[in-house]
Amino acid sequence: MISAAHTAAAAETMPAGEPDGGSCATSLHLGSVTRAQIEDFLYREARLLDDWDLDTWLTLWAEEGTRYVVPCNDDPDGDPARDLVLIDDDQLRMRLRVERLNSRKAHREYPHSRTNHQVSNVVVGTAEGSGADTELPVTAAFTVWRFRNGKASYYVGRYHYRFIAVGGELRIRSKRSVLDMTELRPAGDLAIIL
Amino acid sequence: MTMVSNHPDATMAPTRFPLVDDDAAHHRFRVHRDTMTSPEIFREEAERIFSHSWLYVGHASEVAAPGDYVRRPVGGRPVFMVRGAKSGNVHVFHNTCTHRGAVVCRHKSGNAKVFQCFYHAWTFDSDGRLTGVPDRDAYGAKLDFSQLGLRPVARMENYRGFVFASFDENVTDLVTYLAGAREYLDLVIDSGDGEMEIVKGTNEYCIGANWKLLAENSIDGYHAISTHDTYFKYLVALGTNLKGGVQGTARDLGNGHAVLEYAAPWGRPIAKWEPLFGKYGPERASRMADVNRNLLIYPNLVVNDIMAITVRTFMPSAPDRMDVTAWEMAPRDELPALRQRRLDSFLTFLGPAGFATPDDLEALESCQQGFSSGGVEWNDISRGMDRVPQANDEAQMRTFWRQWQRQMGDAAYKEVR
Repeated sequence: MISAAHTAAAAETMPAGEPDGGSCATSLHLGSVTRAQIEDFLYREARLLDDWDLDTWLTLWAEEGTRYVVPCNDDPDGDPARDLVLIDDDQLRMRLRVERLNSRKAHREYPHSRTNHQVSNVVVGTAEGSGADTELPVTAAFTVWRFRNGKASYYVGRYHYRFIAVGGELRIRSKRSVLDMTELRPAGDLAIIL
Repeated sequence: MTMVSNHPDATMAPTRFPLVDDDAAHHRFRVHRDTMTSPEIFREEAERIFSHSWLYVGHASEVAAPGDYVRRPVGGRPVFMVRGAKSGNVHVFHNTCTHRGAVVCRHKSGNAKVFQCFYHAWTFDSDGRLTGVPDRDAYGAKLDFSQLGLRPVARMENYRGFVFASFDENVTDLVTYLAGAREYLDLVIDSGDGEMEIVKGTNEYCIGANWKLLAENSIDGYHAISTHDTYFKYLVALGTNLKGGVQGTARDLGNGHAVLEYAAPWGRPIAKWEPLFGKYGPERASRMADVNRNLLIYPNLVVNDIMAITVRTFMPSAPDRMDVTAWEMAPRDELPALRQRRLDSFLTFLGPAGFATPDDLEALESCQQGFSSGGVEWNDISRGMDRVPQANDEAQMRTFWRQWQRQMGDAAYKEVR
């Protein structure tokens, strides 16, 4: 019944009177998803991250085969199976990352930073695969501002998403956040979620 | 003079006192916080420490093929390491054209037959020789172009793949300098059967804190349980049994180098069978496979061989700021499953986006902020002074600080005005 609860939660936050938002709650074909639908999804994800509502953020993800990856700045094409990356989270590690950030023991993020996840330049690709395995690739530019303890830092780069449809809703199968900064130094570390 | 009457030894009224207060009789070791905040100390360190020590440049595996190069800041100076195409030797050159100064190696890494300065197109080969000068006829016949090759750093030595440079031509040879640290580098290198490599992907981050705080932190067993609670929770979620905790000893390795050796609950990605045990015998092999090592090679190289191997160097850019560069080291031709395990272990603990390192950054920056509060003049580093040093004591930090004090000489004193 978890997926039904997700559906209800997602429907509640759909903008009122948005025709695409209304229709996708019952039937969603990845081949005909509009950029507006994807943008609504990405804006909602950004807001959940900025609100530190990470438990809800986790519900945006598919339940199997998920991957959240951030490559090293000097190796944007890095393969987590072979190269060192900054983040390579499967479901378990993503959940543990959220538990850590929700606790008072993630000292770098206690108290939490104020963040602003800005998403733009959204490009919806062509759906690949068939049936339940259909995946929709999407890229977008991001700028994430992080403010804490009098210090401002930023992360700039590009998202590479792959979406799937689960019960008539979009879910993230994988997300790869590739940083454009040549080094992580302007930001110090990466304790937040991009 | 109120300053004098406030001093506990008012009758003696010393005009200056050491910034490192090593008082064995009272089991007290203190470091004055000026060492962490003073712009003058920062300037003196650049000259007295970073211009006269052996500094890590990179690993020979990063320039495996003829013409391979990597650009590096070493001791705050831009240099580059390159494998000469003709000689096959690893060189470390100052990254500056001998003509009028522009940098000649402009990519971060790559492979090149020649390095051509874009300004006037002087061209150098990968062994540093000046091979091309446009309009050479314009120069007089007596000008000796052979003297205008790329300038190597004053000293360069390669210890089993670890390439070091020194800007002091009179510095002692590297093996003598490494002293007891050599044995520990050997343990790391031999655990990969002598064939180690740097994994692709670099952690280049920064910390708003004095660089010596990271030297301390990299060999600090005391903070693990309190600071890294969420990492240990992560291990438990993976099914790790934390019983036994972190148990071990600390050793002074000479010349400011120190090591922690200990057992810990996390796994180590080392195959505990042939050829390690056959080649090195059970005692040395189990030391390689089962024992964790946090090794500090003075002044600013850390080789931590724990749940993965990190090679980490750091350099101050201001009294309260440092740039950190860290690589993952692994045996070459490692089995993919082991490599995956090693990569996971590295990024979850050692990486700047993991479950531990961000909290170290927070601790170091928090210390730096605390220093600016004033009121407290000294850091206390006395733990374990009256017992055989344990891994969670501070003997290894005292080793670092004593060498720092020796090298800083008369700059390691505070004037009482």
